Amino acid sequence: MSGLLDRRLLFFTGKGGVGKSTVTAATALLAADQGKRVLLVEVDAKNNLTALFEHAPVGFEPRLVHPGVFAMQMDTESSLREYLKVQARVPVFGRIGPMARAFDFVATAAPGVKEILTVGKICWELRESLEGRADWDLIVVDAAATGHVISQLDAPEAIQELVAVGPIRNQTGWLVELLSDPALTALNVVTSPEEMPVNETIELVARARESLNVPLGVVIVNRVLPELFTHADDEVFDALRAPEAVATLERHAGAGSTAVVDAARLAVSMRRSRSVHLSELRDAVDLPLLLLPYLFVRDHGLRVTRMVAEALGQELT
Amino acid sequence: MTSATPTQPQPSLAALLSTREVVVFCGSGGVGKTSTAAASALTAAARLGGKVLVLTIDPARRLADALGLEAFGNVARRVPLDAYAELGVEPRGELWAAMLDTKRSWDDLVLRHAPDEATAYRILDNRMYHNVTSRFVQSHDYIAMERLYEVHASGDYDLIVIDTPPTRNAIDFLEAPARMADFFGGRLLRWLTMPYRIGGGRGGRMFNAASKPFYQMADRVLGSQFLQDIAEFFLNFQSMYAGFVERAHAVEQLLHDRRTTFAVVTTLEGAPLREAETFCRELAARDFDLGALVLNKVLPEYLLSPDGEHAADVFERDGDPIADELAATGLPGLDDAPSTARVLRTLADSFRNYEVVARREAELRNELTRLAPPGPEVIVSVPAFPADIDDARALVRIGEALFATGATGATGTIAP
Repeated sequence: MSGLLDRRLLFFTGKGGVGKSTVTAATALLAADQGKRVLLVEVDAKNNLTALFEHAPVGFEPRLVHPGVFAMQMDTESSLREYLKVQARVPVFGRIGPMARAFDFVATAAPGVKEILTVGKICWELRESLEGRADWDLIVVDAAATGHVISQLDAPEAIQELVAVGPIRNQTGWLVELLSDPALTALNVVTSPEEMPVNETIELVARARESLNVPLGVVIVNRVLPELFTHADDEVFDALRAPEAVATLERHAGAGSTAVVDAARLAVSMRRSRSVHLSELRDAVDLPLLLLPYLFVRDHGLRVTRMVAEALGQELT
Repeated sequence: MTSATPTQPQPSLAALLSTREVVVFCGSGGVGKTSTAAASALTAAARLGGKVLVLTIDPARRLADALGLEAFGNVARRVPLDAYAELGVEPRGELWAAMLDTKRSWDDLVLRHAPDEATAYRILDNRMYHNVTSRFVQSHDYIAMERLYEVHASGDYDLIVIDTPPTRNAIDFLEAPARMADFFGGRLLRWLTMPYRIGGGRGGRMFNAASKPFYQMADRVLGSQFLQDIAEFFLNFQSMYAGFVERAHAVEQLLHDRRTTFAVVTTLEGAPLREAETFCRELAARDFDLGALVLNKVLPEYLLSPDGEHAADVFERDGDPIADELAATGLPGLDDAPSTARVLRTLADSFRNYEVVARREAELRNELTRLAPPGPEVIVSVPAFPADIDDARALVRIGEALFATGATGATGTIAP
């Protein structure tokens, strides 16, 4: 799977709460560490991605947030303004202002307009890089969650079907071409070994295969709990339940030995119930699975992003 | 500083639920909102009595199974309370469950509010319709609140527990009714559709000075045919104006009603907790009733005990002599001292790992005391259960933890 970072445009999706943003940021960091110039795009309006680099929030203009990593926050109004200026050559004076509200309204209702402004801007950066007018080696996108990502990435094709003629249709051809090129683009799914995230991943992969022309990349399973014991050691652990063994442990280590044993029991059963979901995922999805360990850490800054990047780097080699 | 707000009359979720008719569960994705809502409803039905409905959006398959429902749609089904009977608790009430079918609910709404059947079907057949109702960001939020209103108005239930859709922004659904009213009542829609109303909808458009630049821009981006399709759809949709706005206001009123309360669910992790705190503030700012804050999947407190820490140190340091002693006892399975010593060290390691996470949780929990008053009436913790919620017994365990007296740690007395 070492080829993942050789592509030029990586989308990351996943159910809320699985660590999609952290994995996306870690991918950007890993690529930057390999000497690439990376554009990191946050699509959701949460604007917390740069915190993973311990950097202040950024806007639509890409800003350097870490050596080799530039970050930008997607914003459809800015994307529209840029589109009008650069491509449609409509002069925009000052703020789009009240017109933006009207446009926002129509764009929300009209199929795919918002999505195409998002995907369009991303593909525009890719095309500029391919043609030597921008120099992103890799564009990494913290894309919409599993429920919305298909309509986001499918927008160019959906518009081709819906709109017979007109400027927006003319713009979709090259988008579809870039998005569907497996040498350039991949949609990756971040998940965790729990019921709902695994189910959503299986459903998403099936739907993407069926109705989306964007090539699938890898599934990244985040927060995999460590296996505590080998099979033989597991039997030793069980044997420690004997009252006489418990008494011996307490004589040496005091009343707290129960807490230590209980904690391990909790850890073992959590790992066990999660490994069921992991094998369900393995059986149902024929994409490379990358496993990232659960991190027993306190904070969530750059240090953690780096730990995830290192784990990801190991899985990719 | 302690968070004690001494004059709180309702210390538990049980007390809260017995004085309300509607509880809206909200929180960010992955925190266990749906199962917490289902467990609350289950326990309320069993312990408080009455007829309780849980209206859920997208339950995990195992949760649906746990509720004894193979497939549930807009129609409510009765859920057996056998799990409580097994515990020796005679269930006092009834539990019903229904799932929100967004598409069906929208269709019903159009059929109800369109001036005549022909208009209704013109709307339902419009290709924009599917898009507006399935993709319009607030569409799911609105329809969930609208269904809640309808079910409440039916008077069929004593208590309705509703799960909210996973939104990008948890407060979206609160504003959905108002936004929906704005949308239909606003000048924006009239302004947008005006050229088509005047021009007769055949491509001949008349602009006023204000809207002309917009249409010039939109034509360049979208194409005029596309724009006309959209306008036609909205012209039809506008015919539902009166009924829709009236309804949206009624929904809004129900959410503000004193019989309605909100429960915010979160885990003790940085991002979900920050979102939960924001949500609590937003609820207060909008004058909604913040009934409960549910801390879900909390690690056990024993991970923080100094005794445990000491024991872990001893296991690490004296693993070998302890293992030798255990081998000497002749207990089955403990005869190989090096293996036992390795297991003891692993136990110590694992304890310290989980201790780090438990400590982080405890710190985050302490920060909650900074929540600006009035804050939630009740704070309850639900312990981390190792397995999935795959049967009604698991739901009962969550429900019992929720109903244990609030504002304590993860020490909830859980029925075995």
